[in-house]
Amino acid sequence: MKMHRGRIAAAALFLGCAAASAYAQGSATDEIARYRAMLADGNPAELVVARGEELWKTRRGAKNVSLEQCDFGLGAGVLKGAYAQMPRYFADADQVMDFESRLVWCMVNLQGMDRAAVTKNPYSGAGQRQTDLEALTAYGVEMSRGIPVNVPQSHPKERAAYDRGRYAFYMRGGPYDFSCATCHGVTGQRIRLQDLPNIAGNKPDADRAFTTWPAYRVSQGALRTMQWRLNDCFRQQRFPDLVFLSPTSVDLITFLGVNANGAKMDAPAIKR
Amino acid sequence: MPDPMRIRATEQPDGVDVRVLMSHEMETGQRRDSAGAIVPAWFIQTVVVSYAGKPVLNAEWGPAVAKNPYLQFKFKGGKKGEKISITWVDNRGETRTDEATIG
Repeated sequence: MKMHRGRIAAAALFLGCAAASAYAQGSATDEIARYRAMLADGNPAELVVARGEELWKTRRGAKNVSLEQCDFGLGAGVLKGAYAQMPRYFADADQVMDFESRLVWCMVNLQGMDRAAVTKNPYSGAGQRQTDLEALTAYGVEMSRGIPVNVPQSHPKERAAYDRGRYAFYMRGGPYDFSCATCHGVTGQRIRLQDLPNIAGNKPDADRAFTTWPAYRVSQGALRTMQWRLNDCFRQQRFPDLVFLSPTSVDLITFLGVNANGAKMDAPAIKR
Repeated sequence: MPDPMRIRATEQPDGVDVRVLMSHEMETGQRRDSAGAIVPAWFIQTVVVSYAGKPVLNAEWGPAVAKNPYLQFKFKGGKKGEKISITWVDNRGETRTDEATIG
């Protein structure tokens, strides 16, 4: 008799707990959304953008010039709207470049900096000040805020980059046999408390993924760029290191960008 | 010279709403680096906001305040077009002052 009552009580407790956790799950997503809305005001990315703007206009490098004459595809010196139409093909380099590749290209060719030195440590570590590349990229993307994404596919190399990017997105590998699509090719998936956007099959998710990076990552206290974001995805999949500015990184960014065409840039954003 | 603050001050019906984003690492002094050594404490200790030469807010902060602090508050008696001045001093003695016009 005693044991029977104990089991019923245990079952009731279990059901109670299950119900409570289901309620908590729904409200956890809402609470995260509320937390994000609160964070959006006073985005520390503004501080990084301010530093990027200052660096942009400073004469630097062996040639002692500023970045103001860099051509991002809209003409020399035109930065407004440039990020929104990249990656794109550049005839002078004869390759498709994303914003960060082109930025480094200008730092090397326009300002006379050493490429190895510039690309050595592109991302800031914990507790470190933002790197120059992060600050400059933040400023660059801020100058495309509100502008519709318009990644071109008119040049054969641009189309080839998209195709390779799509191939890379669906390619399974690594010790978990993951592809990007494993997490980001299915609707309604979640990892821990994070809803996973379906950036291959769901246009609003694809839009948001491309238009809200670079972003300030509150948990890291740093602004992170799209090159960083893909590098971190590869790390999470236990893939080999995605080399900074590698052709694969540019191909993947091309794939993501074209999939987001039409959506308005809204970066730097703020994330968990 | 520490990085500048971003200040937004707008006149509202119930007072001037001030929002300021300060650039500061705000190290607690309790973290360890990858070698195991303590990262020294480095945080803003005092914040003073002045309007027309008089302080409208005094704050004493400690390691509980997060990196790149965002402060929002309201004060009465401010007028559009006038300036407010914000000064912070950290535990190393570094300081930064910025001004903004109330919009």
